Amino acid sequence: MEALRNKARELLQSRTVQVVIGYSRGSGGSSRAVFVQAPSQADALVFDDTCRQNLAVYLMKPEVRKLGKAALVATPSALRTILQLAAENQLSDHDLLVLVVDPGGDVVPLATFGAIEARVAALNTDLSADEKEELRKYKALGQEQRRGFWQEHFSRCLKCYACRAACPLCYCSRCTVECNQPQWIPVPAHDLGNLEWNVMRAMHLAGRCVNCGDCSRACPVGIPLYLLNQELISEVFANFEFRSGLAAKAENAMSTFKPNDPEDFIR
Amino acid sequence: MSAMDVFKPMLLKIDQVTDEAPDVKTLRLVFVDEQQGREFAFRTGQFGEYSVFGEGECTFCIASPPTRPGYIECTFRKAGRVTSALAGLEPGETIGFRGPYGNVFPIGDWEGKNLLFIAGGIALPPMRSVIWNVLDLRDRYREITIVYGARTVADLVYKRELAEWAGRPDVTLITTVDPGGETPDWKGEVGFVPAVLDKAAPASRDTIAVVCGPPVMIKFTFPVLARLGFAPENIFTTLENRMKCGVGKCGRCNVGKHFVCKDGPVFTFAQLREMPQEY
Amino acid sequence: MEIELRSIDREALAKLFAHWRDEGRRIVAPKQLGEKIDFAPVTGLDQVSLDQVQTVQSPKTAVFPRVEELFSYKSRDGQVEIRERDGTGVPRTVIFGLRPCDAAAFASLAAIFNWDSPDSLFSSRLANTVVVGLSCPRADEYCFCTSVGGGPGATAGSDILLTGTGNGTYLAEIVSEKGRQLVEGAGDLFGPALSKEKETFLARVDKAFDRDRIGPALAALFENTAFWAEQSLRCLGCGACAYVCPACACFDIQDEGDVSGKRLRCWDSCGFGLFTLHTSGHNPRPLQSQRWRQRLMHKFAYMPERQQVLGCVGCGRCSRACPVDMNILEHLRGVVEAKP
Repeated sequence: MEALRNKARELLQSRTVQVVIGYSRGSGGSSRAVFVQAPSQADALVFDDTCRQNLAVYLMKPEVRKLGKAALVATPSALRTILQLAAENQLSDHDLLVLVVDPGGDVVPLATFGAIEARVAALNTDLSADEKEELRKYKALGQEQRRGFWQEHFSRCLKCYACRAACPLCYCSRCTVECNQPQWIPVPAHDLGNLEWNVMRAMHLAGRCVNCGDCSRACPVGIPLYLLNQELISEVFANFEFRSGLAAKAENAMSTFKPNDPEDFIR
Repeated sequence: MSAMDVFKPMLLKIDQVTDEAPDVKTLRLVFVDEQQGREFAFRTGQFGEYSVFGEGECTFCIASPPTRPGYIECTFRKAGRVTSALAGLEPGETIGFRGPYGNVFPIGDWEGKNLLFIAGGIALPPMRSVIWNVLDLRDRYREITIVYGARTVADLVYKRELAEWAGRPDVTLITTVDPGGETPDWKGEVGFVPAVLDKAAPASRDTIAVVCGPPVMIKFTFPVLARLGFAPENIFTTLENRMKCGVGKCGRCNVGKHFVCKDGPVFTFAQLREMPQEY
Repeated sequence: MEIELRSIDREALAKLFAHWRDEGRRIVAPKQLGEKIDFAPVTGLDQVSLDQVQTVQSPKTAVFPRVEELFSYKSRDGQVEIRERDGTGVPRTVIFGLRPCDAAAFASLAAIFNWDSPDSLFSSRLANTVVVGLSCPRADEYCFCTSVGGGPGATAGSDILLTGTGNGTYLAEIVSEKGRQLVEGAGDLFGPALSKEKETFLARVDKAFDRDRIGPALAALFENTAFWAEQSLRCLGCGACAYVCPACACFDIQDEGDVSGKRLRCWDSCGFGLFTLHTSGHNPRPLQSQRWRQRLMHKFAYMPERQQVLGCVGCGRCSRACPVDMNILEHLRGVVEAKP
């Protein structure tokens, strides 16, 4: 961690960046986001197994963007998120320096999207064995069982939108639920509205989600949102051989049309 | 009083639709239940929540004066979901109404004084109620001056009534449009409301000023009034904020500790000075 | 009414549940739901989870549901018919096992809903609800009830407050008339108090700040935009804090339907950007820092000034539920210690 703190101090002192977005110690032994803007504050930075929040979410928050060029302490999920945001034209590598803390505690700065891509290429971006097993069990549910499964879970959804708020790829300045002409998704947290909200959000993330898991961790009532996302990740890969968050220039699987698209319903 | 009355709207039928300006309409509304209509009373400055069932509710002041019973009026610009729905309704159709809500212009306190009304654009509606109220009780007030401006001639609302007010010997009416907003036959002033007010320089002694308009107009009008000698407690305005319940429960219309729906919408500048700038 | 002391043991408590069921009461209590513990309908004491410090959500849904119908309507040929909600549909409810902080929050909710004019939807639900609280043998670092006028064994808001005294027995404080009627209707399930001793069975929650200092400190800090910006930089603007809070009651009104339909009341949060957004696009609170400030001002300054009650009971749920650890206790300490 000392290497990280030294790096932060150096970057701020030299004014290479105006803010270092990283983790600090939080309540109950957890860690939480910290925005270090002065070298003297760098001691607050930590990096360990508790550091899981996908900090890339702050790259899309106007109040943070206003602070100036940022250095971001990136987990593997955050690296992929940054590439996906770049592929969606939301980030330029001029405004961003990525810091990866490797297992030995050394800090690896990644100044270009190319450098991030190289780092990500060395990662295993597939689901873990446990995730695959849980997903397999979920997929084995028959349609009626699956309907009951989600009905029960979504009956507890509060429509607090913590899932949306935590997700770096949910950056629309006016979310679909915030449109009322027409009101595509009902506002109240009744069963239909909850189903529509969660399914719609999963669909809007299809081919984009990098499986960081922040949505599920953010959900106060513990709905296993990751199952929706992971299934769509595997469907997108099976159908289009595409994984998100691997390249700074990529075509979105679900929103790219080519004239030789095999689907004929669109002709 | 049934338990449900706070949220249950009264039913009003659209009696007349008037096109005031592009996208701006006035609805004249009568109560479906005549008894309810006879019993309905409000005071100038108050507002209501107008419903289009299935679309939602919208907050407008009651733009007609309480001195003219039997109907109420509202004026609105088509801007969002509910106003778009309202703009599509015809005479004979039914809408909902909850109210009257909010506080009032203390016109009783103003008796014997001069009154200066300053309004811009779509902000004339809240003023119209109080202007007609005092005109209907004309001999209780001394000089009445109205300064009203809009971006262009077409944007002036209540054109018929402006003509009526202009024709009255007991009212001084000054209308203006923004530079570039005049038509070849425009006979009124050309200039922003604060500048026109400055030029007119109405006396401040024993005078109450009521100002309604977009924030930028208010911002530049207040210094003019201060320069003319108006004390902040003698300058009244109405605030608008996003509302839902209209009765101080839903938590959203507050400016600091004040609910615009309960402690307002009428405020003096002296009160506004003590409130945070979150409106 | 003077608090009467009785006792009850676990076996009798289980029978009490059966008695409530026979009376047709809905029982809502903490229950294990997957990995979380939350209030849910139960039919027996064996389904109730009592070991946790606190549940995820508050029991406010019993008096302020997430979605509630205000009325339904039918329109035809330009005429509209409004059908009021049937006020008799409010179920008789027992909320069992809520903590003293949750019980105290009903006073905050009542202050919001019933000031100036009564809210019959809320009031009829509260009137039909009996609150059987359970005092806290344990607390965690998120709890701060004692800083806001409460305590791990406080009786305010409970009709009956149980304190576990070991060996499956509970001291039962009969706090209100409703509690007394419930005891009377329960035959001999409640016995005489075995001991008045309560303090030794309660958690220790040290006072973290002086609540009388919060209001003035907040007022002095209102214009300090840098303070609020710094406090709120990691806040993501979701509604988790407002929704799990037992004292938050902001709501939205939504119509659903066209030719026929309903008007609904549903939860809303001052943390959302859309909360105060005008149709014109103007927003009095466009920054998250202003919305975070509003949360604290409303609970700790405006409500005490207007209704003489705080909008916070120190349950700590918001801090536990917050995805980014906006620990409200930490922030309140920061408010009291800040130099304006």
